[in-house]
Amino acid sequence: MKIRDIKELLNAEVLCCDEELEKEVNSACGSDMMSDVLAYVKDQAVLLTGLLNPQVIRTAEMMDMVCIVFVRSKKPTKEMVELAKQLDIVVLATNLRMYEACGRLYSKGLGTLKENGEA
Amino acid sequence: MSEAINFHYVVDGDDFTSAGEASVDIKRKLRQLGVDPAIIRRVSIAMYEGEVNMVIHAEGGTVDVNVYEDKIEMILSDEGPGIANVELAMKAGFSTAPDYVRSLGFGAGMGLPNMKSYTDGMEIDTKIGVGTTITMVVNLK
Ligand SMILES: Nc1ncnc2c1ncn2[C@@H]1O[C@H](COP(=O)(O)OP(=O)(O)O)[C@@H](O)[C@H]1O
Ligand SMILES: [Mg+2]
Repeated sequence: MKIRDIKELLNAEVLCCDEELEKEVNSACGSDMMSDVLAYVKDQAVLLTGLLNPQVIRTAEMMDMVCIVFVRSKKPTKEMVELAKQLDIVVLATNLRMYEACGRLYSKGLGTLKENGEA
Repeated sequence: MSEAINFHYVVDGDDFTSAGEASVDIKRKLRQLGVDPAIIRRVSIAMYEGEVNMVIHAEGGTVDVNVYEDKIEMILSDEGPGIANVELAMKAGFSTAPDYVRSLGFGAGMGLPNMKSYTDGMEIDTKIGVGTTITMVVNLK
């Protein structure tokens, strides 16, 4: 699916990099623990999180992720959005909670990754 | 030709907000040097874990990244409390991080094992009350 589809499925607001909305993504993960993202995530392109600090953006950058979705109406600071913009990471914000946000994307085919790295 | 390219960073231990800045910068520098993206990811994740550790467990420190023809070496040095039991600290899930660190998204005890698994070599030199130096190497060939 495209990042634009994620935005629509989650009724999300685009906070930066809307020129990247046509980018294709094939997997996602949801976590508030950046430690777990760093340790267990392989090639997921999208991070859904309820955590709000600059390390969310930096963790996504370390993992070569292209889109971050803040759930539960969390609004990142201007500095965080600016950082994401510099790194070409699309930032979305949705009012949905983590469970429902992940569920909507998963049921529309945005999966995790299999052991062999295929989507 | 065999001259290393060196990048030096000072990591501020008082400000969690800035933790990870050096790793973001190294990622950009390695891209500019044309290093293979898979290698860049391994280097930057390992360094990021080490950098965050320096902020949460020590009082900050320095990072030196040396890019050689055949390898990238990262040296993370701090004057923090040192690691009492390295073998235990290396175990997945072992953490002495206080709860406030977990509320910041870290402290799952996966950092050191992650640093080891993403690199081709890792050495920990630590002394209680003196500090910790961690040297990691990722081979380019
Ligand atoms: N630079 C350091 N100085 C002192 N102690 C450290 C340092 N790095 C790691 N440690 C110790 O090793 C433990 C395990 O580190 P790590 O695997 O990164 O887990 P975490 O950071 O989540 O606690 C830490 O909880 C801490 O006790
Ligand atoms: Mg750690």
